[in-house]
Amino acid sequence: MPPTPARPVRDVAVVAFAQTDHRRRTDELSEVEMLMPVLHQVLDETGLRTSDIGFTCSGSSDYLAGRAFSFTMALDGVGAWPPISESHVEMDGAWALYEAWVKILTGEADTALVYAYGKSSPGSVRDVLTRQLDPYYLAPLWPDSVSLAALQAQALIDAGDTDERALASVASRSRADARANAHAQVKGEVPSGDYLVHPLRTTDCPPVSDGAAAVILAAGDRARELCSRPAWIRGIDHRIEAHSLGVRDLTDSPSTRLAAERAGAYEVRLDTAELHAPFTSQEVVLRKALGLGDDITVNPSGGALAANPIMAAGLLRIGEAAARIHRGESDAALAHATSGPCLQQNLVAVLEGDPR
Amino acid sequence: MPALKAPLTVEFPFTRSLGPVQSAFLTGLRHRTLLGVRTTSGEVLVPPTEYDPVTAEELRDLVEVAPTGTVTTWAWNPSPRPFQPLATPFAWVLVKLDGADTALLHVLDAPGPDHLRTGMRVRVRWAEERTGAITDIACFEPHESTNKHEVSVHRGEFEDMTTLLTAPARLDYTYTPGRAPTDYLTALADHRIVGERCPSCQKVYVPPRGACPTCGIATAEQVEVGPSGTVTTFCIVNIKAKNLDIDVPYVYAHIALDGADLALHGRIAGIPYDEVRMGLRVEPVWTDGARYPDHYRPTGEPDADYDAYKELI
Ligand SMILES: [Zn+2]
Repeated sequence: MPPTPARPVRDVAVVAFAQTDHRRRTDELSEVEMLMPVLHQVLDETGLRTSDIGFTCSGSSDYLAGRAFSFTMALDGVGAWPPISESHVEMDGAWALYEAWVKILTGEADTALVYAYGKSSPGSVRDVLTRQLDPYYLAPLWPDSVSLAALQAQALIDAGDTDERALASVASRSRADARANAHAQVKGEVPSGDYLVHPLRTTDCPPVSDGAAAVILAAGDRARELCSRPAWIRGIDHRIEAHSLGVRDLTDSPSTRLAAERAGAYEVRLDTAELHAPFTSQEVVLRKALGLGDDITVNPSGGALAANPIMAAGLLRIGEAAARIHRGESDAALAHATSGPCLQQNLVAVLEGDPR
Repeated sequence: MPALKAPLTVEFPFTRSLGPVQSAFLTGLRHRTLLGVRTTSGEVLVPPTEYDPVTAEELRDLVEVAPTGTVTTWAWNPSPRPFQPLATPFAWVLVKLDGADTALLHVLDAPGPDHLRTGMRVRVRWAEERTGAITDIACFEPHESTNKHEVSVHRGEFEDMTTLLTAPARLDYTYTPGRAPTDYLTALADHRIVGERCPSCQKVYVPPRGACPTCGIATAEQVEVGPSGTVTTFCIVNIKAKNLDIDVPYVYAHIALDGADLALHGRIAGIPYDEVRMGLRVEPVWTDGARYPDHYRPTGEPDADYDAYKELI
């Protein structure tokens, strides 16, 4: 019997969303300088000031820019005086949003500011990400993120779940959709590139991006005051699978499916899915795991193939899904975020707008 | 003004305890012996883990598997990256060793992607020098053989057990400090110290980071501060840091430069260490060609009144 999703004890919504223009490099900006405009934008959209926010939570990683405790510097852009209630996750901002959502559910806050940023340009992301792997059996081999995704892609091709042409169509659809996204980094026609790691071509892989995102969450009537059409969070859940790639079926994502069940994704009639699939092959895995039909619009923003600021790309999916509800382009949207090699960890949020 | 840039290298050696199962596996590699661990459901995990990835039960039953196996998936890597096991183009592979039920990640030495397929047979090529690490397997190589193999129980005991693993890592970055610190560092090279004033609270921050941490808004108005300042607090350093060419004891202080609303850090010299005090007036000393002050020395002025700097401590 599938697990029954628990109805949240409070109605909580995403009421504002902002993001930077994502770019290959931002040498002229420090992390806080890159982040500050999006913080101001979500506050301005709601008319809130830092002192009105009940809880602040952020997601980022020191390994990207090679700087210790970098999130404390980023806090300069929030304004932490008088003292604020604040937390940080060394993860994608989608998990910061999860923490903030729980905080609001407990009744300890009515509003939350959630932000995330990733400045990948200082280092070599493919090498940096090897340091998140098992230090005994994997990290000493330096298997980079593209290579691990390529192993997953080949497993999918062998299983008959996709082929190189189908992967290319995921890439071209994503970058065509990104034309409508002013913030996207890679958009429009992109010539099919060489194999980066066979069977993945450059077009199957995400760009290296610098960027940031921020959202504001609010509960109940507060959400209605701050936003004309709040994106109500019906549920969020996140699940993890075994670390070792060799014990997993790389063609499936049971953690995504379970998170979706627990978040209530199958209880609503979804029209949109923002999937955090940095590689074309991962969209194939996620569509299969979630059972998404062709009637659902997938990644109208262009997704992570159009801009992939690491640590913010998952929060961006929630923000993009919420923004579509705010604009009245969606009534029920699924947002997904991933972390770790080959979709190891997955978070699913289900967002709904009030009936029209 | 062009953004400043500098190379930044982060290097770290992590030393880790291995525990009974990983110790047996990695010591086994040194002895050209491949070990797995049997779960309570009878599956053999290679590489072995201490706990069942499904049930979390503790696992200790070691078995020996074969140095031959079958590729379960592969990816051809035309341009090896630094530190990867082979310097020439190779394939990443997941290999199910004969006798194992799960796959091991490693690399395969092959002439090109046309020579690869899922299901191909391979065998271990051992490294000449083995240290008790996953890299004791130099790589896999294509090898036709049957996959008949009976696993045998193994005690996991060897003469000289490897119990620790040191995992060195090096990551290379290009550090770019951003707009406000670039302006600060550029002025500093010119022997000027500039802060930035917050348009809201009017405080002058030095060094500036482009934001007022109190108000959370951007700062842009440059204000020249100092060069003299007041010691607001200090400590005496008695332990010599590695590679530091300064005799101990020396004094490290917070210095409120005239016109600044935040104290910055600096070393005090030109005065015996035990005569440094709160309120001491100091000024920066640049050595020839330096981009930043080497230290601060007393100006000879009378000490500042406590009331003049107490807000900045
Ligand atoms: Zn201020």
